[in-house]
Amino acid sequence: MPAKAKEFSVASASPASGSEGAAGVSIRGLGHSYGELLTIERLDLSVPAHGVLGLVGPSGCGKSTLLELIAGLREPQRGTVALGGAEDPAGRLARCAFMPQRDLLLPWLAAIDNAALALRNRGIGRVAARRQAAELFSRFGLAGFERAKPTELSGGMRQRVAFLRTLVAGKPVLALDEPFASLDAITRAEMQEWLAGALRADPRTVVLVTHDIEEALYLCDRIVVLSARPARTIDELSAPAPRAPARDEAVTDPEFVAVRERAMQALREGAR
Amino acid sequence: MRRWLLPTLLLAVLLGAWQVAASTGALADLLNLESFLVPSPAEIAESLWQSRSLLTENAWVTLREMLLGLGFAFAVGVGFGAAMHLSGVLKDTFNPLIVASQTVPILVIAPVLVVWFGYGIWPKVAVIALICFFPIAVSVLAGLRSVDPEAAKMMRTLDASRSQILFRVEAPTALPYFFTGARLAVVLAPIGAVFGEWVGADSGLGHMILYDNAQFETARLFATVVILSAMALALFGLVALAERRVVTWR
Repeated sequence: MPAKAKEFSVASASPASGSEGAAGVSIRGLGHSYGELLTIERLDLSVPAHGVLGLVGPSGCGKSTLLELIAGLREPQRGTVALGGAEDPAGRLARCAFMPQRDLLLPWLAAIDNAALALRNRGIGRVAARRQAAELFSRFGLAGFERAKPTELSGGMRQRVAFLRTLVAGKPVLALDEPFASLDAITRAEMQEWLAGALRADPRTVVLVTHDIEEALYLCDRIVVLSARPARTIDELSAPAPRAPARDEAVTDPEFVAVRERAMQALREGAR
Repeated sequence: MRRWLLPTLLLAVLLGAWQVAASTGALADLLNLESFLVPSPAEIAESLWQSRSLLTENAWVTLREMLLGLGFAFAVGVGFGAAMHLSGVLKDTFNPLIVASQTVPILVIAPVLVVWFGYGIWPKVAVIALICFFPIAVSVLAGLRSVDPEAAKMMRTLDASRSQILFRVEAPTALPYFFTGARLAVVLAPIGAVFGEWVGADSGLGHMILYDNAQFETARLFATVVILSAMALALFGLVALAERRVVTWR
């Protein structure tokens, strides 16, 4: 598979296997309920290709359900979800990789084999899959940890491997479900910088669910504040652009602080 | 060190007490029995040595029954466990019957098995397989079901097919459970073998126990029990060793 190696080079946004190179997300009139319980009232969202959207909202507002709907793991009960024009679940699955809250690294596989899972699932041999994943390990600060077992890695390292696993899948859309919620504050700040850098080097369309407004504004171009269940949009804000790549610098910028406070207010309002 | 020393010490104390109680006749007096009915550990060891060729011969017969029975139990247990995991219909159909099958006293159906399969090795194999497949099937099913549903979702977005999820995520997750079931199965196997042989056999350790009991060969009876439990312990050790080699991530 010589063509696949190119896919991961820094500047390219070239096609992932089985899907177009870049794909946006378009959600129209989406509604969902668990039995009697209405979790998503009516939602319209759109993310342009290579856009990074943050979803912020109180706990239990259906953000995880929304990610599963985007990823094609669930069918919408009302409305439509389209990824790069594909509305069917198989088409969405082919275009979206999902990173769950916990890293869920398989403890019996070395870090590199965890990262290469998507390639192995597509029938690529172990050696070729490892070679392809190893390239990303060195690019994203994990060189030397290829053969480590997940239990030997720190929390931050595990999240990096989990994110690379999502990236290696080569899908145009990434659905990230509170990827750093389990980390301590210092590691989380480091990981946010790391992820921002990774997305600059390898741009994808991202839908990021988080509790943390600051995290959302630092990582995303745009954030949508959702209300408590049933979820609807309270406010949509653009992150100040351009932001400093260094996190501490970015989040102390007066403009950043102003947007953060506005988002906080919207969140409070929606929680009521 | 402590893991070996303490149990060995306890065993030595128990054997020592038994030796004293039996050789002085105190135990026989207490039970109001003839002293030859209450052998001391030394007498049992002596009988073990004297009857070594007879014991080896019969131990081999019983071991073969156990290994064959366990072989079937593992195949059927893993097969049923996996099938019930993969199909809700199969699970709802078989699970109640499998549980019910374990409530049937095996001693009751063992004679029927002899009628069906004759006096050879097969009724014993069938009894062992019937007893031992249950812990394996139950543990395999529990293990496969213990997989985090989020992990399966993640695998689906990483383009995994159903069988790839089974072999890359579910099966390894189920392995420690499987080994717990296997430990239970191997210690049940000698019990099944003895039951099977009691119903109708002309060789094997269970057969010897029956014979020696009737002949008041109490020392050799205990010697037979020692061999039987040594075989079970060896199988248990093998399972534990295999687990340590295979489940390296725990």
